[in-house]
Amino acid sequence: MIRSLLFVPGNSPAMLQNADIHGADALILDLEDAVALKEKDGARALVKHAVKALNFGGLPLVIRVNPLGSPYLEDDLLAMVPLRPAYLMPTKVSGAGDIQRISARMAEIEASRGMKSGCVGLLPLIETALGVENAFRIASSDPRVQGMLLGAEDLASDLGAARSKAGREIFYARGRMVMAARAAGILVFDTPFTDVDDEEGLEKDAGFAKSLGFDGKAAISPRHVAAINLAFSPTVVEINYAREVMAAIPKGEEAGLGVVSLHGKMVDKPIVERAKRVLAAARQLGLEGEDE
Amino acid sequence: MNILRAASAGTLESSDALVMVSPGEGELAIDIESVVLPQFGAVIRQAVEEVAREMGVTAGIVRVNDRGALECTLRARVETALLRGTEAGT
Amino acid sequence: MSKLAGSLREAITACGLKDGMTVSFHHHLRNGDHTLNQVLAEIAGMGIKNLRIEASSLFAVHAPLVEHIKNGVVTAIGTGYMSGPLARAVSEGILPGPARFRTHGGRPAAMERGTARVDVAFIAAPAADPMGNLSGVLGPAACGSLGYAMTDARYAGKVVALTDHLLPYPLFPASIQEDRVDYVVQLSSIGNPQGIVSGTTRMTRDPVALAIARLAARVIEHSGLIKDGFSFQTGAGGASLAVTQYLKPIMRRLNVRGSFGLGGITGYLVEMLEEGFFDSLLDVQCFDLKAVASIRDNPRHQEISAARYASPLAKSAAVDSLDAVVLGALEIDTDFNVNVHADSNGIIAGGSGGHADTAAGAKLAIVAAPLFRARLPIIVDRVLCVTTPGDTVDVLITQRGIAVNPGQPELKDRLVRAGLPVYDIVKLKEMAEGYTGVPAPVKPEGKVVGEVEYRDGRVIDVIRAVR
Repeated sequence: MIRSLLFVPGNSPAMLQNADIHGADALILDLEDAVALKEKDGARALVKHAVKALNFGGLPLVIRVNPLGSPYLEDDLLAMVPLRPAYLMPTKVSGAGDIQRISARMAEIEASRGMKSGCVGLLPLIETALGVENAFRIASSDPRVQGMLLGAEDLASDLGAARSKAGREIFYARGRMVMAARAAGILVFDTPFTDVDDEEGLEKDAGFAKSLGFDGKAAISPRHVAAINLAFSPTVVEINYAREVMAAIPKGEEAGLGVVSLHGKMVDKPIVERAKRVLAAARQLGLEGEDE
Repeated sequence: MNILRAASAGTLESSDALVMVSPGEGELAIDIESVVLPQFGAVIRQAVEEVAREMGVTAGIVRVNDRGALECTLRARVETALLRGTEAGT
Repeated sequence: MSKLAGSLREAITACGLKDGMTVSFHHHLRNGDHTLNQVLAEIAGMGIKNLRIEASSLFAVHAPLVEHIKNGVVTAIGTGYMSGPLARAVSEGILPGPARFRTHGGRPAAMERGTARVDVAFIAAPAADPMGNLSGVLGPAACGSLGYAMTDARYAGKVVALTDHLLPYPLFPASIQEDRVDYVVQLSSIGNPQGIVSGTTRMTRDPVALAIARLAARVIEHSGLIKDGFSFQTGAGGASLAVTQYLKPIMRRLNVRGSFGLGGITGYLVEMLEEGFFDSLLDVQCFDLKAVASIRDNPRHQEISAARYASPLAKSAAVDSLDAVVLGALEIDTDFNVNVHADSNGIIAGGSGGHADTAAGAKLAIVAAPLFRARLPIIVDRVLCVTTPGDTVDVLITQRGIAVNPGQPELKDRLVRAGLPVYDIVKLKEMAEGYTGVPAPVKPEGKVVGEVEYRDGRVIDVIRAVR
């Protein structure tokens, strides 16, 4: 279960070697914005050697590669696909065609290395107006695509809107992304909160993203990970309610009632489905031990 | 493959290494400065030699200023410096 | 009668300082101290030789000592800590004999036993009156507590106070009082405030140190010690200081009111005092301006002497009532012995300070350190130098796991039950070496340049010269 994805600059040995200790559920090793143009080759080599030598605590690895049309993507793919990361994160993805071109090139590289076709997934970064409008097409463009991340900084700039902590300028994009991801049956992650020192702002922002339906959120600082994990974990109240729901069903059946009710509210199928999801998440996170 | 021009890779930050390569005659000359020289000097030299051999570089000068880089970092920096120094036209 | 001497030289002469005697200094002015260098320059100018220095700590600012050693003015040193060019020179064997390293609690004990005798104590005083009532909280070089200097005032044959802020008699409040002081000398400056205390102690932003601190706070939480009356000490650097910021929310959640914070005091502990997390602070040394202001203004922030802080000969010392202490390490070995004296190449890089004292006194002695620094694992088979014996160290905390001293099976059980990542220390060492490789052993084999005196007076290890 991925609640938090921590960005790690691809050219920083000190950050890479300790990337897995901050509690993040997944790591995004960054070859794109965190790396100066003159250091693209250096970062690529560093990430390659680091991924081969270190196991990053067994965490799923996402490698953010440079955009289509940049002179770096081909070398990125050649060096990164053979490392078999869980996902590559293509950037500035604006349509299904972008994904299909990258996926086809990945398939060639996989074949040349004797790797199983499609073994490296894609988790595209959606950060343009066109990308948001095409979100469902991108989400359903290729079986490699198993999740999407919203990138609000570039998006706001594309929109001509000022980026704000309240995030009104990305409200539509967030809703659209969640909708598209759910329609396509993939995961969807929220944009990072960029003020490293504003713990309260982060909690609000993450809580809001969760309320919209996001599965998790990216982090640009290790200090954000704990709050994000908390925001996207089921709460004790949610877990206890889910247990009550599950317990109410057999009771209702025994009583021969067609409709089960709990605290005066009807327990229907969506509520049961949600309770099951909450309990599955709690089980995965080891949060179920709170009761008797 | 020969080192065609002076090139460098890496930084002097802690846990990194700055690797500088330059053309030279004869055998590959390796010069190592390291904050962990007594503990890892021999291992660092061996890693530099291995990367150079894998890349087919047999002549020139490699100078390493190591700030406690892990082996994977060191190898990456040597590889990048050698690529930068051996590739035609950058 | 006045104790005001006309000059530093006059005071030195009046004390009868002669070749072969011992002079002492405290380190409350830390790396901003001007007095030790001024006093030794004067002594050297008087042609006095072959002196022994008993300092509570020596820093980079005291580099001129190297020249005094070369010239035979100083030929022996006892100290609690040593860094900078002097430490380097001592490591290279510049002294005729070994430097004697003591703990902050061991120093007053050695003076009480008479194994460390001081003929003349020079006490830098941020404020003084003409009769020798001394304060650390007033004046341009205010440093707060004068806890370490109290020892010198008590045991030295003669006591010379040095001040740049002379106030009318009777100065109030006096940390050291006139009954112990022979002479007062006015200097233009006793120290540079910037080097004495940092304006504010900065919390580390290093994510690895923060991860270690977070884990350390959880270890304290699950140790069972956090209940009303909890007491705590931490260092001012890196991961150890950061533990306070993670401890606070835990104490708030458990609704616990602590008894006291101890030691070198930082603004973070002052905040916790002011917010009611602790009832009082016991302060032997202030680390920042907030601590200086607090010890001046808040009666719950108490100044304590080095002896009350940590002396093993005290009828009781504050460390004996301490619940948890978070300490650093240059190295720790698989028997939990800790070295904070010598760096990985065997060069002197510090000293115990209160390390060994608090480890011995506290119910829970935590060592918090990164699993490896640069490429050097923190855990070794055998430390280059034992500062703090392993049987007084309870748990090692790194960013990748915890090792509990086998002598604390109950603590280990508690931490395992809490789901914390507990490993055998040998496993943790292997984990580090998985990243770094196995370092070739380094063993300095030169002459003995340092002797580590444990708080009970025994020499438990030596430091050898490096080339």
